[in-house]
Amino acid sequence: MSLGLDLLLAALMLGLAGWTVLGRDMFAAIAAFIAYGLLLGIVWVRVGALDVALTEAAVGGGVTGGLLIAAWARLRATAMVERKAGAGLAVLAALASLGVAVLLAAVVLHLPQPAPTLVPEAMANLAPTGLGNPVSATLMAWRALDTLLEKLVLLLALLGIWSVAPDAAWGARPAASVDRDGALTFLAQFLPPVGVVVGIYTVWTSADAPGGAFQGGTILAAMWLLAVRAGLADLPRVASRWLRLALVAGPAVFLAVGLAGFVLAGHFLAYPEAVAKPLIVLIEAPMILSIGVSLALMVAGPPVPKGDA
Amino acid sequence: MSADLYGLCGAALVGIGLYGLIVQPHPLRKILAFNILGGGVFLLFGVFARRGAALSLPGDPVPQALLITGLVVSFAATALAVALLLRLAAETGRARLDDE
Repeated sequence: MSLGLDLLLAALMLGLAGWTVLGRDMFAAIAAFIAYGLLLGIVWVRVGALDVALTEAAVGGGVTGGLLIAAWARLRATAMVERKAGAGLAVLAALASLGVAVLLAAVVLHLPQPAPTLVPEAMANLAPTGLGNPVSATLMAWRALDTLLEKLVLLLALLGIWSVAPDAAWGARPAASVDRDGALTFLAQFLPPVGVVVGIYTVWTSADAPGGAFQGGTILAAMWLLAVRAGLADLPRVASRWLRLALVAGPAVFLAVGLAGFVLAGHFLAYPEAVAKPLIVLIEAPMILSIGVSLALMVAGPPVPKGDA
Repeated sequence: MSADLYGLCGAALVGIGLYGLIVQPHPLRKILAFNILGGGVFLLFGVFARRGAALSLPGDPVPQALLITGLVVSFAATALAVALLLRLAAETGRARLDDE
């Protein structure tokens, strides 16, 4: 039974991936990619990675899908010169790709037995972090440096996106396409209060159950973008002071707690055992805000000159 | 057993994504293909985490946490690539990489 489900999931994913890559119609390819992301989310559950499944559903299928559809809508107007690759290149590419896939498959079938694992170390060191979910403990305590750098990558990417704006647009608002459809307005009034609670709960519960700051922040970003789309909220000017503050609040508090670790616990990003959990909550609270705002603005794109907004 | 199956699936996804990345001329298609390729790499890593299951845990939490970080960075790269592409299209009126 469960093997049948796995076979079906794997076959569907490969089919959708093939469609994404080879399908003739661009919009159908993007739709196939979003479905692929959602199936991949189910596969994460099947391989025992619930936290990754939530991230994939939120980011892989959800936000990336929205980003790609928006890009497709803007590119439709430009001439899409599709010059096919020559037959020779296609054959070479197929052979190279097949070679890489076969090599990886061979590696998968000849992995070392027994598999290396950090589970015993993780479980032995879980109690001092004050958390019950070892994935959250990895993100917030043992590998907190990775998580701090990941937030900085988000900020850098947002700066990169802003910096492709023409000079005249600098400091202005990103373009918002508004759709004042009655049903959408209703959804945008009804859903955000629920979504905000779910988003914050997703972060809070990640201490002991699957969830996390990134997954929760994504939900907040989606709620904001929904309200913007319905014309109920505005995107901020990228020069706005409160926006800049919201963006750096998370990484700044993270960095401050990290530096305090030198004094309190002897290492960068080390927490004294007695207050580990409160410190992690202190880091996560502004982090949700920063993640939500930066994700929403990354999807919204660079600012546009005033008249075009 | 199912871990092996998804490992093979991940290997195939890498192959499919790589093929699309080379062959498809349209930049947005290349971004899609790159994300398929990335999905395959992530799935392989997830299978390695699954093989590390021990005690009461269904998988090794350390590679799982690294996967979450990886997904976030991959989204950031995709968003930046899309912004560059849209700017290129707005500037040249065309969405293509060669300059003929």
